[in-house]
Parts: sequence; C-alpha cells; structure tokens
Amino acid sequence: MSYRIGIDVGGTNTDAVLLDEQLQVVHEVKSPTTADVSSGIYEALRRVVAESGVNPQHVRYAMLGTTHCTNAIVERKRLNRVGTIRIGKPATTAVRPMMGWPEDLRAAVGENWHMVSGGYEYDGRTIVPLDEEEIRSACRSMKGDVETIAISGVFSPANADQEKRVAHIVREELGESISISVSHEIGSIGLLERENATILNAALIQTAKMVAEGFREALGKNGIEHAGIFFGQNDGTLMSLVYAIRYPILTIACGPTNSIRGAAHLSGRKDGLVVDVGGTTTDIGVLINGFPRQSSLAVDIGGIRTNFRMPDILSVAIGGGTIVRRSGEEIKLGPDSVGYQLRNRALIVGGDTMTATDVAVVMGRLNWPGAKVAGIDRAFCQQVDAQLVAAVEDAIDRMKTSPTPVPVILVGGGSVLLPDQMKGVSEVIRPKHFGAANAIGAALGQVSGQIEKIYALDEQTREAALADAKAGAIREAIAAGADPQSLEIVHMEDIPLAYLPGNALLIRVKAAGLLQA
Amino acid sequence: MRYIDAQAIEDIAAGAAVLGTGGGGDPYIGKMMALQAIEKYGPIPLMTVDELDDDALVVPSSMIGAPTVMVEKIPAEGMVTQALEFIEQALGKKVAVTMPIEVGGVNSIIPLVVAAEKGIPVLDADAMGRAFPEAQMVTFYLDGLAPAPTAMTDERGNGIVMYPVDGVMSERFARSVTIQMGGSAAMCDYPLSGKQVKQSAIPGTLTLAQEIGALLRTARSQETSPVRMLLDKLGGFELFTGKTVDISRRTDSGFTKGQATFDGIDHDRGRQMILGFQNEHLVALENGQPLATTPDLLAVLDKETGMPITTEGLKYGARVSIVAFPCHAKWRTAKGIETVGPRYFGYDFDYVPVEQLVAKRGEKA
Repeated sequence: MSYRIGIDVGGTNTDAVLLDEQLQVVHEVKSPTTADVSSGIYEALRRVVAESGVNPQHVRYAMLGTTHCTNAIVERKRLNRVGTIRIGKPATTAVRPMMGWPEDLRAAVGENWHMVSGGYEYDGRTIVPLDEEEIRSACRSMKGDVETIAISGVFSPANADQEKRVAHIVREELGESISISVSHEIGSIGLLERENATILNAALIQTAKMVAEGFREALGKNGIEHAGIFFGQNDGTLMSLVYAIRYPILTIACGPTNSIRGAAHLSGRKDGLVVDVGGTTTDIGVLINGFPRQSSLAVDIGGIRTNFRMPDILSVAIGGGTIVRRSGEEIKLGPDSVGYQLRNRALIVGGDTMTATDVAVVMGRLNWPGAKVAGIDRAFCQQVDAQLVAAVEDAIDRMKTSPTPVPVILVGGGSVLLPDQMKGVSEVIRPKHFGAANAIGAALGQVSGQIEKIYALDEQTREAALADAKAGAIREAIAAGADPQSLEIVHMEDIPLAYLPGNALLIRVKAAGLLQA
Repeated sequence: MRYIDAQAIEDIAAGAAVLGTGGGGDPYIGKMMALQAIEKYGPIPLMTVDELDDDALVVPSSMIGAPTVMVEKIPAEGMVTQALEFIEQALGKKVAVTMPIEVGGVNSIIPLVVAAEKGIPVLDADAMGRAFPEAQMVTFYLDGLAPAPTAMTDERGNGIVMYPVDGVMSERFARSVTIQMGGSAAMCDYPLSGKQVKQSAIPGTLTLAQEIGALLRTARSQETSPVRMLLDKLGGFELFTGKTVDISRRTDSGFTKGQATFDGIDHDRGRQMILGFQNEHLVALENGQPLATTPDLLAVLDKETGMPITTEGLKYGARVSIVAFPCHAKWRTAKGIETVGPRYFGYDFDYVPVEQLVAKRGEKA
C-alpha cells in the first residue's frame, strides 16, 4: 500500500490529509496556522501520520500548498537582491524596468537593471540581434551586488531564443550556480507585467529554497524519507521540488485553486461552480474540464502589476463567522467575522454576537449539539437567511458564462450555511470530506505545461499553428514531471488580435497529466 | 498655462478610458511612459487653446497599431518625438506645440511624453473628443485640412515622411507602414497653424479627461453614485442598466468587430439591449431600434464604481450601466455623419442625436 499527503496552509488553519492509492481520504486533520508557517506544517504532518497509524515509509508523495511566497512579497522579507536584464533596446526604453514599484519593495529587491539590445516582433522576426559584449559588461557591473538574475525580452513568448542565449552568457560571467529566471517561462504577453513577475520570481528563490528544505526536513522528522515532494501552483496543478525552487512565483494564490481541484475530485465533476465557504469569506471559482478558470485581468501582487496565471475567483464577505447586524429596516452582513472565536462569541454558545452560523442553526441547516436557540428571533433569522442566500446566488450568477443553470459543488467548513436549492443552480453537490477540499486539492497529482504564442496565419494554417502550440504545451508538461502516456490537452483558446491585418492569432494551450510513477 | 504632474497623469489616463468608448487601447502603458518622462524632465506645461498663437506650428503626436503589440514592444524613448522632428525637417520650421489627435485611450497620453521630451507645451484639445478607429476620423478631415506631411517612426529609428492627398489615403498608407514596422508605430500628422487648430480642434478635452478621472477617483466616498456624477458632468443619459449575457467578437480587416447582449436588471428588468462595436462602441439597440449611435459617445461602466469597461474587458455577468454622451457638434454635420455615422460602419439606419432619441422614448412611455 502507498499513500500521499496533502497540506494546505490557510489564513486560519493548516489542513493535512492522507490519501490512499485510489485517492480516497484515509485521514484529515486541522491544525492552527503558525506565524512562522513551518512549525504549523510540522504539527499538521505529525498529527496526520500519528492519528492515521499509517507507516510513514509508505508515503510516496507529499504535496504542499503554502502562503510563504505571498507573505515574503507582502512583508518585503527574505527577498533576494535581483539583477534584471531586459532584452529590448532600442525599443521599450520609454518605460524602464521596475517603473511604478513601491519604494520599499524596490529597496528590498535592489535596483540593478540593464536594458540591452535585442527583441523580437510579434511574429518572431528579430528586431535587432543581441550584442554579446554589452550583455557581458552588464553582468560584470552587477557582479557582487546581486544574488539572482531575471531576464525579460520583447515578445519572448513568441520566440525565446534570445532569452536562452542571454541566460547562457550570464552563467559564463556570473558562474554556473547563479539562479536565473527567464520571462518566457513565467508570464504571457505584456512585457511590463511579465517582467515584474519574473523579477518577483527571482526575488523569491531563497524563500523557496528555505520552504523546500523545511518541508523536506519536516517530512524526514516524521519518518517520511522517500516521498516525492511537490508544490501546489495557482493554476491547480503541481510542480516538482526542483521546479518550485525555479518558479516560486507560481505558488502564489494556490489556496483557492486547491479548493477547486479538491472539490472536483471529491464530487467526481469536471465542470461547474465551486463555492468554498470559510470563516470570513466565500470564494467562488469556475471549474472547467477539471481545472479552475483563469483570470484574464492583470493581477496586483504587493503593489505590483503582474500577468501570471491566476484563478478567476470572486470573493464575498460571507462565512461561518460573519457578524449579523440590524440597522433600522436593513440587515448588514459582515464584512467582519468573529473568525476562530466563533466557539466563544456566537449566540448558540451563549455569546453576545449574532453570526451567520447562529442563523444556519435556527434555520435547521446545521445541527449544533446543545445550541442555545431559545432567545433568537426566528423571523429575523429568516430574513437574514434570505439576504445571505441571495448574495451568494448573485455572486454565483456573476461567475457563470451563460444563463443556463449550473451544478454547484459546496466545500469548506462554512458551506453548511447554504441550502440545497439555489437560484440559477441545477443541483447542489455536497461531497464527503468537504471541509478538507483544499488539502485534498493540494494532494492531487496532476502536472501541467502551458504555452502562449502569437502566430501569423498568413504563413501557416490555423490547424498547423494549433498543432505547434499543443506540442509545446506537452513538452512543458513532461518537463514538469508528467507521465507522457497520461497527457491530455485540458485547455485551448485562440484570440484574434485587434488592429492587425495578416490574421495574427494568439493561442493558449495547456496540457496536463498524471505524475510520473 | 498650467502644469501636468503625476496625479494629473493618473487622472487623465482614467478619464481617457471613459472617452475611449470601449477602444483606444489601455492607457496604462501611456501612463507609465508619461510618469517616466515627468521623472526625467519635470511637470509638463498644458496650454489652453486661447493661449495659442495663430502662426504657431502645432503637430499632433500619437501611436498607431495594435494595443496588444504596444504593451509588449513598448516604444523607445524619443521615438514619437522623432516623428515630430521629421515633420520639422520636412517643413523647415520648429514645432511650437503638440496635441493629442484623440482624447480616448492611450493616445491621450502620448503627446504628454513628446511635450516632456521636446520641452514644448501640450495643447488642451484634440481632434475627436473621443476615440475612433481610423485616421481620417478627425475634425481636421471634416474641415478639409491636409494631413501632409505625415511622419511615422519605429523604435529602430526608421522614419517615413508621406504626402497623402487626404485623410483616407493617409489611413491606408499608415496602416501598411504599421505592419512593416512590427504592428505598432509612432505617427505625427496634420501639421497645422495655431489659427487652423483654433477653428477645427475640440478644446478643453485633456482637462475634461482629467476631471473625469478625478471624479472616478474620489467618487467612492460620495453619496451620489459615480455613474450619476459622470452623467451630470458630461450631460449624458443612462440608456440601460443590465448584465452581459452574450459577447461575440471577430477580427475583420484588422479590427475587432462584434456585439454584446445585455439583459436588463433593476428598473430595466424585462428589457434587452444590444451593443455593436468596431474597436470602439458604435451603436446601442433595443428591438432593432437605436437608443444611441456613433458619433455620440457610448460607454459601458461598472454599475457600482463607474469605471469604464473596454470591448476586450467585457465579460459575461458583468453588471453595467450603459451610458451615452452627446458628441461634439462637428460630428453632427453632414460630412461628420458621412465619416463616422452608423451607415459608414455598415448599419442600415440614420444618425439621430441621442438627446432626441431619449426625448422620443420619453414621449412614448
């Protein structure tokens, strides 16, 4: 028998689950998230192993979804000093690297950047060739001041050759061991946003190494010595430890993604809406072919505009601990929550604060042994309930792509607040182990590869362009650790580009498959 | 004369997105360019039309091409200014003032960059009062002014000076050159005298964009809804409150064409509206009848925040307020309607000013 462990570090709790070979839940635990994060992870691991009684030697895979990298950026702590090389001259000089960054973050990462000659047109033609001496001299001038390197290049998603060549030169100048982040592996079209994500990625290398080492050590101390170690990405797939150390930025916001993936697994559904009700918020995501729908808007992280892959999540301030207030004729829901103090402050436990959980108990949705419901105004609860459900229904409608009713998978500890029938919803699915959907999502073993590239259809057919993009995505997935036999294309879209004749087409393809055995 | 600082640039960018009527490109990249220029050269002088000398040489400056390319192949420093200098060479005369050719989208900001680099003022006026997709769709064309000489440049220093006989030929040449320059290029056209500009340009539009931006920035702390404040500011009409239920887009000869369908919500429950676009929003229809049409301005605003939504950014389920503002009187002339009216864009009905359409519906109701 072999097992896998999934861990999800959330704002309040660190969840751990143990799954068997059939990906069935053997055991789940909730443990408080600690300030240093790592000791909370250790404790959750210890408990899930001890309480399940499983031989830790039989744990084959261990997966971690963590907030370490998000915290490092938000707190401006433990960031590497980054040297940035932008391949773009003579274009792009009108906006220099790190333009618009908050002062404190710029100071933490250091302002070492160089713009060098190079870059491509949208169809992959060279604008100007590289000037190798210029690149070498940029490297020499940064030597000693920088710990990691970020490389961005104009239209590198269409042609990555120059970025690769520059990386090669950097290694020759600054040593084989220097960590290099290249933008074509990190973001999509939009130079500034992609470059920002690449610089942030380079700044997170040391944090990623620390987390990876810490996780490996925590596993070892719990007797798990032979497990393959993986990290959750924000697109709902996993990456290997080696990959995570290279692309830590991709771990940002993996939490909501893990919930969506876990909900898909627990319910057996590939399409629908996932409504994850926690203590303070309800996060709604869209499940398409087993994966979360991606956001098409620029994403702001720690005050910086980036364009890397993020799930499209709508959050509303409704959770199990949401405080209910009456103000004249109106009912006000939250946005504040009693959070983990629910067990002391809610009316049903004799506290003084009316919460959404009290309402759920009065409405008979939730059985709370020993609940003190005698003094609670039932008619008022009905009004609150109607308003709360309507707010969630409205949010559900916003996330839909057509008016057709859709199945909704309810997960998270607070999902008991919601009824079995809702407007615009074809059916409400409440899977088993719904409270640990996030950690289960972290444990699920799919890995993916993605490609985004602009093709000129004057030179080739749309079919040939799609085939080329698919092959690229499959190559990426195999590099990330996927079993080639199990790979399938899970997402494909093509977008015609405005204002350009010549039929320029932007193609995005993603392939995903099972972890290599 | 007053000066444009970093906050003013932020506000102009936000306001230009409203006046862009769904198109014109994301002003974000222009904003970043202008912020860098200000950092380097200091605040930019903004000149009113009244302050303009009759014999001053005024040259509008802009970017042309695909916004998707411009956000990747960001312009070079000095690139648009170089196009301006090619015009100076061709005419043997110094440019005194630059100005936006359109006040919608990214091109509202580009002249600020040129003004900073060149050390000249930017004129508080433009030649559209909004954004339009084609180069001849300017008040200068309506007034029979010649676009020549026009100059185009790319990041490598390639430059072309052309002498098209009118705005339509200018558009054709410019579109072909843009492709060869990699899909995004700088363009300066319509070198005019101060006197001509005073007669033909739409005055005060950069200030208007700035005021709209400032209104949206501060609106959240006010009692009145941002949408209502915007309507009052621009003398506009709320046509419809609804949510997006369908969007179809296609690329046709280099433009994004298509339509979006909205189902009414709140007081408009039960109604349905269709919005047609070609890069910019062109017509709003209910049961096949126009509620407002080009050249009047149509904007799709977030119902809560009043923030404008572009044709590219429109998604199913978005709660929006669809509003219309009267265009400048120049567009309501016979030649204006022929150049940018609904029939030019392939619609089979005539232009009727939005305030008349609204009044007519008011009578029926």
